[in-house]
Amino acid sequence: MKGSWIKSSRERDKIKRKNFMAVGFLLQLQESLKIALQSIWAHKLRSALTTLGVVIGIVSVTLMNMTIEGLGEAFRSSISSIGADVLYIQKWAWFAGEDWWKYRNRREIKISYAKDIKERSTYAVAVAPTVFNRSTVRFGSNSMENIIIVGTTDEFIYTAGASVEIGRFMSEVEVKAERPVCVIGAEISEKLFGNVNPIGRDLKIAGRTFRVVGVLEKQGKFLGLESLDDRVYIPIGQFMRMFPWRTGATIAVKIKNMDEIEEAIEELRGIMRTLRRLKPWQEDDFSVNRQELLLNAYNQTVGVIGAVGLGITVLSLIVGSIGIMNIMFVSVKERTREIGIRKAVGATQRVILMQFLIEAVMISSLGGVIGLIFAVILGFIVDQILPTSLPLWVVFLSLLISVIVGIVSGIIPAYKASKVDPVESLRYE
Amino acid sequence: MPLIKLENVVKIYDLGAEKVYALRGINLEIEKGEYVAIMGPSGSGKSTLMNIIGCLDTPTSGRYFLNGVNVSDLDDNELARIRNKEIGFVFQMFNLLPRADALHNVELPLIYAGVPGDLRKKMAREALEQVGLGDRLHHKPNELSGGQRQRVAIARALVNKPSIILADEPTGNLDTKSGAEILALFDELHSKGNTIILVTHEVDVARHAHRIIRIRDGMIESDERVVDKIIARKG
Repeated sequence: MKGSWIKSSRERDKIKRKNFMAVGFLLQLQESLKIALQSIWAHKLRSALTTLGVVIGIVSVTLMNMTIEGLGEAFRSSISSIGADVLYIQKWAWFAGEDWWKYRNRREIKISYAKDIKERSTYAVAVAPTVFNRSTVRFGSNSMENIIIVGTTDEFIYTAGASVEIGRFMSEVEVKAERPVCVIGAEISEKLFGNVNPIGRDLKIAGRTFRVVGVLEKQGKFLGLESLDDRVYIPIGQFMRMFPWRTGATIAVKIKNMDEIEEAIEELRGIMRTLRRLKPWQEDDFSVNRQELLLNAYNQTVGVIGAVGLGITVLSLIVGSIGIMNIMFVSVKERTREIGIRKAVGATQRVILMQFLIEAVMISSLGGVIGLIFAVILGFIVDQILPTSLPLWVVFLSLLISVIVGIVSGIIPAYKASKVDPVESLRYE
Repeated sequence: MPLIKLENVVKIYDLGAEKVYALRGINLEIEKGEYVAIMGPSGSGKSTLMNIIGCLDTPTSGRYFLNGVNVSDLDDNELARIRNKEIGFVFQMFNLLPRADALHNVELPLIYAGVPGDLRKKMAREALEQVGLGDRLHHKPNELSGGQRQRVAIARALVNKPSIILADEPTGNLDTKSGAEILALFDELHSKGNTIILVTHEVDVARHAHRIIRIRDGMIESDERVVDKIIARKG
């Protein structure tokens, strides 16, 4: 019995030494994970409270990224509906900022300019004036309130970057003759007509009857906020008769070639200045807007969300790290004896360091996971106001941040633990 | 080659204002398979000597050869590996991990030695069986009696097949009966070829050893073989 025990122990010694380097690290990692879990579980409330700062930080960073991603996605899908090669002549500059009064006092853009621009411009391939108003639309007993009615011309289909799903867009003749025809958005078709084919049907707009000639393809929400599919398009002459008090128009100009956009803008400004009869020393009293400006505004919005989010994140993560560091110091103090025992039986400084570091990282990661869950839940609420999206990299980034917080806040306590003197700590009661 | 060889080992604690001479030049040799008791009143330096022999501490001057290796100027991590391989500690206060069961406590040195899971569990179980706790593998320390706890600690000390089993007042916290059982276990381990160094201040305990070294004021006062061992055990 005794003999075989010693003999086999020698063999074991051999195995031990052979495996020491390879298996050792993994074993100790496994042991460290086990200890960390035990320790966190033994102090459930303490651990939960400790994670609070990290939870808030991770909620903040995740929601921030979700919103920025969501806005970005919405923006990218919307940007095609205002094509890069389309210029918008408007009273207002997009995202005017502080010069509000200047724009306020400008004269309205007249619909008739569209015709003049079309005649004079060498860069324009399509020019469409558009005017908006809200009204009720009705089909049989179904009705929808507060629907945007767009008065425009046949060229709108070229400037809007939309395409027709069924039927056709209004024709030049229909626009000129101001015929009571309309083209409807996909959502109007769905909600008002249901399974009925709307082509050739009569739609009542503000009490007047329009024949539906086409349905536009689904375009989705503009910037994820405003639906482009619940609109009705009618000839601009009809619109002016129905809503004569609305005179402010937008003139969309699609240009031939993207490379000539600067020249096109200059030409349009010249044409507009002539139409407005501006003296050479007078400023433009109109704006030529382009997609790039929208991009700027988008970047600004994202920047603000980013800055606020980053601020909250950094602040709460600092608070979180200090919390974890504090609790880790307590943990090291409480377990001085345990450290001594482990060292006495052969734990090296590195092993002890790793053990406490892993514990800090686990507490922090726990906060990260809880934070992620909260962020996803809160995301549904934020979705009502701003579009959100949760790509995988956002999840990984949040988890990575929580791991880094754990390492940063755990390293000093862990170092302290690794330096515990076994002689002192075994005497420690 | 002796298992342990101390050459003029001096340990001085520098407490700032004064220097405490804990050991004032110890020369000592212990052979493999010996059962040695180190005795001395508190403050004699026997704890310091034990810490140095156990590689928990290093001498201020002098040399300590363990298995022919000079361990007196190794760094902390190297000492940890030496302790893991060569030394099995048994403490007065048992020093078991309170949240771990008996088996895991015994596994601990093997974990740090890098012994993989199944083999480790098997070795730990065998060690516990050897100390008569084969039926208490999954009891936590607070579910065991003092004597049983000390057996777990002995199993832990044995499991890595160390060169020395170093016991510091192993019966100090036990009742007479449990203490006697633990000492009987040490006798048995010694008879199986283990080298045992026992630190104690009780003469009855020291008499289980074959050699008694008395320490006083940081020096070896006497070093004698126990001749009346059989008689002492019978009595």
